[in-house]
Order: sequence, then structure tokens, then C-alpha cells
Amino acid sequence: MSKIASSSGKKVNRIGLELQPYRGDKTTLCAGCGHNAISERIVDACFEMGVDPSRVIKLSGIGCSSKSPAYFLGGAHGFNGVHGRMPSLGTGAVLANKQLMAIGTSGDGDTGAIGIGQFVHLMRRNLPIVYIIEDNGCYGLTKGQFSPTADLGSKAKTGVVNELPPIDTCALAVEMGASFVARSFSGDKKQLTAVLKAALSHRGTAMVDVISPCVTFNDHVGSTKSYAYARDHDEPLGEIDFIPHFQEIDVEYEPGTTHAVTMHDGSRLILKKLESEYDPTDRLEAVRVLHETSRRAEFATGVIYVEPDKEDFIEMLNLVEEPLATLPLERVRPTKATFEKILQELR
Amino acid sequence: MSSTGVVAQDATASSSSRQTVNDFNIQVATVNGSGSQTANLVLFRSIFKMGIPVSGKNLFPSNIAGLPTWYTIRVSRDSYLARKPEVDVLVAMNAATAREDVMGLDSGAAVVYDEAMDLSTVRDDLIFYPVPFASLVAESCPDAKLRRLVRNMIYVGVLAKLLDINLAYVEESLDGQLGRKVKALELNQSALRGGYDYADEHLSKRDRFVLEPMAKTNGKILVDGNNAAALGAMMAGVTVVAWYPITPSSSLCETLIDYMGKYRVDEETGKATFAVVQAEDEIAAIGMTLGAGWAGARAMTSTSGPGISLMAEFTGLGYYAEVPAVIFDVQRVGPSTGLPTRTAQGDILSTAVLSHGDTKHLLLLPSSVTECYSMSLRAFDLAERFQTPVFVMSDLDLGMNSWMSEPFEYPTGQPDRGKLLDAETLKRLKEWGRYRDVDGDGIAYRSLPGDGMPTYFCRGSGHDAEARYSERADDYEENLKRLATKFETARDAVPGPVIERESEGSIGVIAYGSSHWAVIESCDQLHHEAGLDLTYCRLRSLPFNAVLNDFIDRCERVYVVEQNRDAQMLSLMRMELSPERIAKLRSVLYFGGLPLDARSVTDTILASEGSELAPTTSA
Ligand SMILES: Cc1ncc(C[n+]2csc(CCOP(=O)(O)OP(=O)(O)O)c2C)c(N)n1
Ligand code: SF4
Ligand SMILES: [Mg+2]
Repeated sequence: MSKIASSSGKKVNRIGLELQPYRGDKTTLCAGCGHNAISERIVDACFEMGVDPSRVIKLSGIGCSSKSPAYFLGGAHGFNGVHGRMPSLGTGAVLANKQLMAIGTSGDGDTGAIGIGQFVHLMRRNLPIVYIIEDNGCYGLTKGQFSPTADLGSKAKTGVVNELPPIDTCALAVEMGASFVARSFSGDKKQLTAVLKAALSHRGTAMVDVISPCVTFNDHVGSTKSYAYARDHDEPLGEIDFIPHFQEIDVEYEPGTTHAVTMHDGSRLILKKLESEYDPTDRLEAVRVLHETSRRAEFATGVIYVEPDKEDFIEMLNLVEEPLATLPLERVRPTKATFEKILQELR
Repeated sequence: MSSTGVVAQDATASSSSRQTVNDFNIQVATVNGSGSQTANLVLFRSIFKMGIPVSGKNLFPSNIAGLPTWYTIRVSRDSYLARKPEVDVLVAMNAATAREDVMGLDSGAAVVYDEAMDLSTVRDDLIFYPVPFASLVAESCPDAKLRRLVRNMIYVGVLAKLLDINLAYVEESLDGQLGRKVKALELNQSALRGGYDYADEHLSKRDRFVLEPMAKTNGKILVDGNNAAALGAMMAGVTVVAWYPITPSSSLCETLIDYMGKYRVDEETGKATFAVVQAEDEIAAIGMTLGAGWAGARAMTSTSGPGISLMAEFTGLGYYAEVPAVIFDVQRVGPSTGLPTRTAQGDILSTAVLSHGDTKHLLLLPSSVTECYSMSLRAFDLAERFQTPVFVMSDLDLGMNSWMSEPFEYPTGQPDRGKLLDAETLKRLKEWGRYRDVDGDGIAYRSLPGDGMPTYFCRGSGHDAEARYSERADDYEENLKRLATKFETARDAVPGPVIERESEGSIGVIAYGSSHWAVIESCDQLHHEAGLDLTYCRLRSLPFNAVLNDFIDRCERVYVVEQNRDAQMLSLMRMELSPERIAKLRSVLYFGGLPLDARSVTDTILASEGSELAPTTSA
């Protein structure tokens, strides 16, 4: 994928950039925190997709997970907002300049509790943004309280048992009309990178919930968001191959063994079937799988639902080609004659 | 100038001994949801077209249908536009309030009413005009289902006759209201005629209130403050608008949506040069506004008190992260469970320092529709110049009622987009830091996502001058001091106080916003009734500047007029002014929820000034 070398002899990607501009500051999160692995996968996916960091905006709410944007794509603009309200900041920014590519990171508390209102409305609007939930079933930054994605019966480090049912952010997103919904595990390097690349090539909201264990507060026996539990209960919906639009398909797939979805930008998402046939463009199927796996106390991973050609918010608003932010005065201020006409109507 | 408006009657008029020309108050009492809006606006505009100064105020409940609502039209030859509590001509259409409405009238008032109500026995010192609404509406509107919609036009016809309004003006106004709705127009015209003809044949003029054409509205426009603010925003080149419906601010964004749909769609491509989002709540609305402002758009939201409190956290982020945003606060009374459709200046104190930590904001205080327009324009410049949220503090009286104004001025010159980093500046600065105060005015240069300039990571308070994450005490203090410097710079950039009325006297009055109209009238009342001449200083923004200090220094005592209980503006002055100046301040407070009237101000000031002032006779 990234075969060309720069003058320094280092590997460069499709737009001629080395890996460096995709990296961010050194992480200040705990060693082993799932969130760190997610940042690394974002770096990989953006590098390999040849995303231009100068066109990216990184957005987040508040939480350990929301600190992540500082740890990837150091050359991009970023905005660390307020708790649970990243969707609105992102919406404003993307409307101001639709040429920007928005990548947001949130937490399960940031999204599922304080921010659930903005979250569901983001899904409804289908704003172009990659929305990543770094899901550890607890509030890391405020020291381990249960979050709304904590499973029923899951045990906190203090021994307290969670007595409320969880919110399944993926099921919620599908229900709210999201056009790309995926779940992955921070420990599954290959799958997560493929899912993120698919998310980056999606037009509309790409919601990716990543099980991301909190090593400090929620990685013990009895927790359903620990590394061990996640490894044991991860149920991939099939192996994913992601073939970007700029790359030739050089693998032969045996007929009937794969399910392929063409993304809006021409990229191809190829799901290798496991025992059952799974069609990620079927919304009812998506909801069924989410419910069934959760009933078995497992979690389905992979691209759960995708609707590649759904109209996004920008199209819906019928915006001009150029960024609104920098339209010249003559395009945003009606003429004097028009103004006089308006005043005339007030006489 | 004869400010009483009472002149000798001519021989051909009624049995009453005097006439009151162009100086009285009409009130229409109806039930909300009964479609009286069109009728009232037609009446209002017709008088305006006669060249007579008018102001129209809708006193309405928080309800869609069935509760009492009053529309008042003040006719004032002297151009007083404040609310006048005394009603001279009552149109009683609401059986539920009719008796109470009639009991509240001064002797000699005229009452037009539905004869079915049998009101004339209630008092014998009023002039009653019974009108058979049911039979008149049946005649002019054969379709029984539509009668409700045209019924009110009958009283317009009756008043046109009784008050001597040229029918041509009424028809012109009706046409303006209903324009293309041919069927509705016809029915209303016929009801109008029905009322007029009935009055002509059956009612003899016995009250003293008459209208005579003047030339005081030539060239003027009639508009409400929300419409004016919307127009200002469009002319400022706003591109991103996010809002959540709330009375009395909704019509600001709704009018803006109308304007933008008409005048801001690219002719060639048919595409919009703007985005409007009806957000899920006010938190989202301000979030979108800030997101857009950060990415370089001229962005705004509009709300009222309850929305302002929801915006508190984000406003603080906007202040610390230094993101431009324009927020219209069309103020109303208290929380949602209260008097949400009544007016107040109740958000001044909380908005001035909205959020947590040390925050203080730029507030613009329009007092007229003219300023709703000009300050709306100005707010966008200030927000970008100072990279901060700017609040435009309107209120229900300004925002939703109709006011006359000189036509607005087409904006000249380029908008001020503030200190944006570009290649040239970058070269000059050599090194750039997002929060470095290179010019000494507290304002740093900012880059925008996608502009090709150096990038930065935007966050709240925890950053150093280079926008790097920092929790160091010295970084935080430096930053806070720079923000304070920025606020100091703003003092002379915001529209400062204006001296509206000069006098030789040593007593001053300060007011702001919609109180202005009551205050100028009150100054005249005090002059005529008590020989008391006030000097009047009108505040137009926060922060205060030296003009205010100078004004207070000139005075012995200063009355601060506000529409709230706790003297909110005076409290802000107390936070900033010297003890000597504070000692001179007195409060004149009104918080009844109705637009402020001159009499309330006059009486409070007179009571305070005491009996030492003997009334003088003026020529
Ligand atoms: C308005 C507000 N309320 C509460 C907080 C405190 N707070 C900070 S982070 C956080 C929870 C974060 O949990 P999550 O989103 O799951 O992120 P994690 O730290 O687990 O990655 C809370 C409650 C806050 N910052 N703002
Ligand atoms: S507290 Fe938990 S979530 Fe936060 S950085 Fe540490 S491991 Fe990660
Ligand atoms: Mg969490």
C-alpha cells in the first residue's frame, strides 16, 4: 500500500507523507489503556488511506477518551469541547467548511450519558463525521464509576454490581438512522484498522464503537469490559477486507464466500462469511444480530450496518460548493437594490 | 408643542365639548387564536399610512387558543412610542374579560363591542357603540365556517368610520397583509365594508377621539425588532445559524430563514450560501455556533433566558478558547413556568458573567428596532474582532412588537473578520502562538481549519500562549490577565453610552434597551409636570467606558431605570465604579411583565425627589 519511499528513505503514503505527521503528542493516558491502541489504529488508518491531516478536524468531548485527539494527527486542527457535546461542535464546524474531514472521539459516558441527546440527533442528521466511542463501560477520568454501557451484573473494582441494563450504542445508532455502524475491539489490530478505513471512506456519519478496556478501573475479573472478557466474547461477523478506491483488487475471492459493499467513494468493503450469511446493508438483520449476540452475553464486531449512498446533512442543506466560512462578501451580502426592496416591503 | 393633544372642537362634531386629536390609545381585547392579528395589523398600518406616529403592542398569554389577549395601538402626535396604560378606545371582543376591561377605563372612553354582550349598562360615563357582529359577519361571509376568520375585520371597519381613517389606506394595508390570498382578501374586504357601512348608518360619533392626517411617518418603516435583527444578521453575512424555538426569540430565526431563502440562494446554482439548523436544544445550538465560529464562519444563535442558562457552559468555553459567536437574547420574564410571553430585562446580570471561572462578556443593548438592526450587524464584527461570544440583549417588547423607524442603512465597507493569520502576518510575526499577545491589545492571531496556516489544538482554559496543554499556575494567570486586557480593549470598541437629553439640571437618569421610550417620555412629563429637567444617558453596551463615569460625575443623583426587580445593571455598575459614583445611583425598577410606561418612571422619580420641588407652570 505504501511502497514509495521519501528522500529520507522512510515509507511514504499515497499523498507523499511519512508516518510522522499522522502521529500526535505522547500519550498521557495509562499504559495499556485501550484508548492508546485506538489512537494508534487511527494513525495507521489515516496514513494508509492517505488522509490529508491539514484537512482534518479532530473533535472530542471530555473524558480520558476525549483526550485522544491530542495523540494522533498532530498536524491537524483539534477542538476539545465540553462533556457530551462534541456532536454540536462538529456539526457547526463541518457546516462552516464542508471540505474538512471530521474525526471525533468520545467515551461511553460522554456519548451514552450526558451526550446521548446530541448523539442521537447526530445519527439522525447523518453529518459527515467519523464518530468513535472508546467504550470501557466506566467513567475513566472520574475514577471508575459505571457508565451507561456497563453490562447488567458487571462488577466494579470496588465490588459494586451494576444493576441497570446497558445502552447498546450500536443498536441505538441503527435505530436512529445512522448510515454506518461498526463495533470493534481495541485489541483487534487488523479488524479495527479495516473498520476505521471503511469509516473514513464513508460519506455521512460513521459510528464506530470500540471496546476499549480501562486498565486502571475496569479490567478485573467480574468486569464485562476487561481485556480477558472482550477476547472471550468478541464475535466477529466475518473477517473484513477493506480495499480503498485507489487500490486494485489483487485477491481472488471464491464466489459465495464473501459479501461485498461498495462505499460511496468507490472503496470496497469485503466481508468474508463465517458460518452464517450476514448482509450489513440490511437494517433489520443488524438489529437482530445485535440483540441475539447480546442475549448470549457476547458482542458482535465488524461493520454491522452500512448504507453507503444515504443523503448526508450537507447535501440535505443544499450548500454551495465552497466553504461557507470563506465565501466572499458579495456572495453573503445582498445588493443595495435588494436591500431597498426589503425596506420597501416594510413601509 | 402641545403635548396634551387637547384642542378645541369644531362646530360640526359631536356633543362632547372637546376633541382629542392623534393622541390616544386603542385597545382590542380578544381571545387568542381568534385570528385578530390580521385585523389589528391592518388597523395599525392604516393609521401609520395617515402619517401619524403609532406603536403597536401585543399583550398575549402563553397559550395557543382560548385565553385573553390584548392588542394596543398608541397614536401619538408627539411620537411617544412607549406603552400607555390608559385605554381611550376599547374594542371589547372577549366576553370573559369585557366587564373588567370596561371597568378599567377612564371616564369618557369609547367602547366598541359586540351587542350580544349587553355592556352598556355597566357604566354610564362611557360612550358605547354596540355592533351586531353576528349578523354583519353573516352578511359579508356566506360560508359559516370562514366567519371566524373575518369577524375581526368588522371592528376595523367600524373604527375606520368612527375615527375617520381613510378607507383607501385600510384597503391598502389589508392588501399588504393578505396580498396573494385572493379569497381571504375578498372576504375581509367585504367584512371591512360591512363594519364601515354599519357605523356610517347606525352609530353617531359621540366620543372625543379623532385622527387627522399628519406628515410624521413619511419614508419610515414599520418593523419588529426580531425582523430587524434578522435583517442585520443577513446583511452581516451570517452563514451558520443554529437555534431552538422559544418565545419571544423564535421569530428572529424564522424571519431570518425566510430572508435567507429569498435572498441568499446562489442564482446560478440554486444552492444555499448559508446553513440553518433547528438544533435539539440550546446547548446544541450554541455548540454548533461555536463549532462554526471556530472553523471561521459568521455564526449565530438566538434564544431567551431559559436557553441562555443552558448555554452557560459552552459560553465559558467560547470565552476561554476564544471563539467568535453571536447570541441574541430576546429577554422575557423568568423561567418557562411563569410569564414566558411577557417582557423583562431580567438576564442582564447573569449574561454579563455567564458561565464559570472568571468570565465576562460583551453585551450590546439595542433600544430600538433601528439598533436591533445596526447592533446585529455590529455584533458579528465585534465577535470576530475580539474572538469571543457577543450577546445582543433585546427583549419581547422590542423583538415582537411593531415599531416605526427611519429606514435602515445599507452597510458600507468590509466586515471586520478580526485577526486572522495569513502568510504575510506569519512572515511578520516570524513565530506564531495562538494565544500570544503580540499587539498588546490582548487579541491574538488565529488560524482556521483548512486555511493552510499553522494549526493548533483548541481547548478551554488549560493552555499556554502556544495553545499547548498546560496546568501551570503561571500559564493560567497569564492567560487570564491577557483576557482581561482584551476586555479593556473592548471598552472603547463597543458602542458607548449616548447622552440622549441634555439639561442644566444636576439630576441624571440612565436607561438601556426598551426602557428608553418610557424614559424619554418621562423626561418630558417631569419637565411639564414638575419643572424637573433630567439629563439622560443611554447605555448601549457592556463593558462600560469613561463616558458613563463622566456622566455620573456631572450629576448629583442618577436614577437607573430597569425592567427587573434586583437592579441588575446597577449591580454591574457597583462591581466596577468608584464608591463616590456608586453613592449617587438610585434605582427605578419595574417588573410587571408589561412594556414599561412613562408614568411608572415619572411617579417613582417624583416620589423620590420629594415635595421640595414645587410644580411650575409652563407656557
Ligand atoms: C458537565 C460536566 N459534568 C461532569 C464532568 C466530569 N467528568 C469528566 S469526564 C467524565 C466521564 C467520562 O467518562 P467517559 O466518557 O466514559 O470517558 P473515559 O474517561 O471513560 O474515557 C465526567 C463525568 C465534566 N467534565 N463536565
Ligand atoms: S483511567 Fe482508564 S480510561 Fe483513563 S487513561 Fe487510565 S486506563 Fe485509560
Ligand atoms: Mg468510559
